[in-house]
Amino acid sequence: MAFRIIVLAKQVPDTRNIKEDAMKSDGTVNRAALPAIYNPEDLNALEQALQIKEKIKDSEVIIVTMGPARAADIIRESMYRNADKGYLITDRRFAGADTLATSYVISKAVEKIGDYDLIISGRQAIDGDTAQVGPQTAEKLNIPQITYAEEILSVEKGKITVKRRLERGVEVVESTLPALVTVHGSAAPCRPKNARLLMKYKHAKTPSELQTIDDDYTNQSVRNKPYLNIEELSLDDLSCEECKIGLAGSPTKVKKIDNVILQAKDSRVLKDSEVEIKNLITELITNHTLG
Amino acid sequence: MNNICVYCEIEDGKVADVSLELISKSVKLAKELGCSVEAAVLGGNLKGIEDQITPSGADIIYKAEDKKLEPYTTIPHAAVFEHIIREHNPQIVLVGATSVGRDLAPRIASSLKCGLTADCTDLVIGDYTDQKTGKEYKNLLYQIRPAFGGNIIATIVNPETRPQMATVREGVMKKEPAEKSHKSETVKIDASKILNSIGTAVKIIERHIEPRKINLGGAQIIVAGGFGVGSKEGFVLLHELAKVVGGEVGASRAAVDAGFAEHARQVGQTGVTVRPKLYIACGISGAIQHRAGMDGSAQIISINTDPEAPINSIADVAITGDLLSVIPKMIKHYKEQSK
Repeated sequence: MAFRIIVLAKQVPDTRNIKEDAMKSDGTVNRAALPAIYNPEDLNALEQALQIKEKIKDSEVIIVTMGPARAADIIRESMYRNADKGYLITDRRFAGADTLATSYVISKAVEKIGDYDLIISGRQAIDGDTAQVGPQTAEKLNIPQITYAEEILSVEKGKITVKRRLERGVEVVESTLPALVTVHGSAAPCRPKNARLLMKYKHAKTPSELQTIDDDYTNQSVRNKPYLNIEELSLDDLSCEECKIGLAGSPTKVKKIDNVILQAKDSRVLKDSEVEIKNLITELITNHTLG
Repeated sequence: MNNICVYCEIEDGKVADVSLELISKSVKLAKELGCSVEAAVLGGNLKGIEDQITPSGADIIYKAEDKKLEPYTTIPHAAVFEHIIREHNPQIVLVGATSVGRDLAPRIASSLKCGLTADCTDLVIGDYTDQKTGKEYKNLLYQIRPAFGGNIIATIVNPETRPQMATVREGVMKKEPAEKSHKSETVKIDASKILNSIGTAVKIIERHIEPRKINLGGAQIIVAGGFGVGSKEGFVLLHELAKVVGGEVGASRAAVDAGFAEHARQVGQTGVTVRPKLYIACGISGAIQHRAGMDGSAQIISINTDPEAPINSIADVAITGDLLSVIPKMIKHYKEQSK
């Protein structure tokens, strides 16, 4: 049986390394100023997809990502791990989208790809931590959602069984397919890049990337190999209503952004010495903070 | 007048603390807006549930009782809660940012095509002028949350769409009882017709929910560790100090992500918000998301090798040193003096 898995993955700014020029004056993020990484929980999601691919004959893993041109890296990174192909949703007119407008565009892209059995994504992305795009995409596609998956226990045509990781326990649920599953960070880590696949796919390019390559030889050899073509989807390729995309299609607006300024307290500074710590403990006991 | 509606989550027949906290907050917001507070409660057996909700100050309780609503599954709860929202048009909808709330709220926001802000650390009523159109909006809900690695605090508004939806973590808002004489009106919602029309795509096969073992919200003393603790073994020392002084162990997100501590111990914007008598921050640098969850502590002691760690700026006492050396000293002196 043919089994098609779509993985939704996002390239995110590495929020652990933020510098001052990271924000634009309109309150949106200047992604160009930050190092970009594969969103960690999306890697967990990819691993679940790849494991299913290994179990089900004639199955394929398709990556869908949305972002600027450089987000094509996410698709190559996925191919190096055994994903089959990818679509980059990219268009300036999609910029400034909140989760509602983003999930709308993603659902349109998924509908265009079509014939899917399962959609898998990370639970949330580290740049926003909202965990909203997965459930919102499921709603737009009118399919069930299974959030916080720790392990996909079994999959067959039309049915999936998933172990969910909740705040205080686990739950095993069964759902009809197609469905959308979001994967929790406690799931199996993603496999490393495979050297053979890296050699095979390192020249995989989007049409826009190909245009910027002057080297005719590379250009021709990529064009001649269909598996090296990463597809791009723009607004013109998707049947989106313009009023539902980008900043205009986003019901949430950023009213203001405040930089975090520390209001320093008058803190006492102690050294790691027997006397100072002894006195501190005495004080805490005397004022009934301790004991 | 359009009201504020809170989704009441049920845990083992009890209304979740976060839901009651949100009702308390809604009472204050409703006073400013001149509207009422509604609570929507969905479940299989809701006998007498009003007695838990009314004391927090809800004016109207929408009660949808049906076996298919327990335990929680996404589509049935989304369908019934959405029905309640469409019928009664609240201007604001608040949901606890629990694993249930974060599953439910986006599904509904997508269907209603309205804005949703996750994990707010504050909610305030205020005005807004759209800079492009110049259009003015009165009395919007400011949804305030740290964003982007905690380097900024964003204030989000939904000028055009209703309801304005937000999720809030447990402990962020304070649970405050309404006046003893406060009364509420119960409105029964007939869920069966809605539930019969949606089928059951998702079935729960097994469920193992453990009772809460870790009670950070109720702890008077919290010994919390960050990435600087260095290992799971390092946390053993924190547990020892917590045990000696009768406290609970907390952790920063970095420590939880590194696997040093379980997620239930996470303090901060995406964890629990705490207000203990004493918060001892060990090897925690103090990102805003962490501080958002603990800066209401009555007293803060920071132990850090870096004298410039941001946490020190909100600490009452900053001990510059290695926690592996400082904590054993604290344990020793406490044991000696508390005898």
